[in-house]
Amino acid sequence: MKKVFVILLLIIVGYFLAGTFNLIPFGENRIAGNDQGEKVASYYLHNTKEKTSVANVVTAIVVNYRGFDTLGEVTVLFLATTGLGSILFRRKEDDEEVERINKPSSSLVTTGSRILFPLIALLGIYVFIHGHLTPGGGFQGGAIIATGFLLMLLSYKNFHASHKALTWVESLAGISFVMIGFWGLISSNSFLQNIPEVGQLNQLLSGGVIPVIYIAVGFKVAAELTGVLDILLNIKPKK
Amino acid sequence: MQDFGQYTNIITTGVYGSAIALILIGLYAVLVKKHLTKIVIGLSIIDAGVHLLFIAIGYITGGTAPIFSPGNENMAEKMVDPVPQALVLTAIVIGFATTAVALSLVIRLYKHHNTARIDQIKTLKW
Repeated sequence: MKKVFVILLLIIVGYFLAGTFNLIPFGENRIAGNDQGEKVASYYLHNTKEKTSVANVVTAIVVNYRGFDTLGEVTVLFLATTGLGSILFRRKEDDEEVERINKPSSSLVTTGSRILFPLIALLGIYVFIHGHLTPGGGFQGGAIIATGFLLMLLSYKNFHASHKALTWVESLAGISFVMIGFWGLISSNSFLQNIPEVGQLNQLLSGGVIPVIYIAVGFKVAAELTGVLDILLNIKPKK
Repeated sequence: MQDFGQYTNIITTGVYGSAIALILIGLYAVLVKKHLTKIVIGLSIIDAGVHLLFIAIGYITGGTAPIFSPGNENMAEKMVDPVPQALVLTAIVIGFATTAVALSLVIRLYKHHNTARIDQIKTLKW
């Protein structure tokens, strides 16, 4: 009986969603405009190249035009990690050792992951260093590095990410983001203002402070996701 | 500009349709399933549907990615809308954070009640 009501509700919701999006034609050019800010998207597309010299417009929006928003987003991620830790926190009794739930892996898996882990970390670092030139950036690169740590956590029973090191990396990255923001505030009267010498388009050293911020975000996201994985995998099994 | 011609309608229905289908599947899981982990998975599926809808709204027929890669420096007229992509980048991260917190709450409930099925948690009250 309940399922009938739910399916009826889903049909109504689906009908109105489809009706709404039927009014928005797919693939229509709604952002055509000049570079004077007639449409916000066309303003970004026409001015990013000259004003920030960052090749990836999405990076320019995320880190520069909406950089304050990204600072809030990073804060939300930090709060989620802290909340996770405080929800699952358990004082360790002296005699019992925290046990990993998964079984020990075979030597094939452990050797393979030992070879793969540095390569995965290198790929993640590449992705967030080139965040202003290629598709990618701090969040994606951080997530890739965290998958490398997940591989190690799954294949080695005794592998633990050092929480002290994770906290240090996370704090330093967050502080450097805020400090870059204050640097912009002091030097050009606006929080997170980019410095004027932005460099050449499509060079590694271009975009002013944008790559620096994205590298900080990459380290922060990697540390936070690794912390989340470590907490979730190290839950003591119920006796 | 490629001209998709008569296929435009099919593509429209397909992209919007699959996004709306993802949202409805997730909503079904949230409303009907009893296991809390499945409810969290349903919320993630709703997330994915909303992200697809966002990206689909920003798409322009024949447009390129909003990146001025070498050789593409003067393509600003042809690029798709970058704003929804930036918003979805934010939304994915926030979705991850909420999923992690929800899963930790599920783990706590499981430890406390010895079950993660909401119909077996007797002390649950309105």
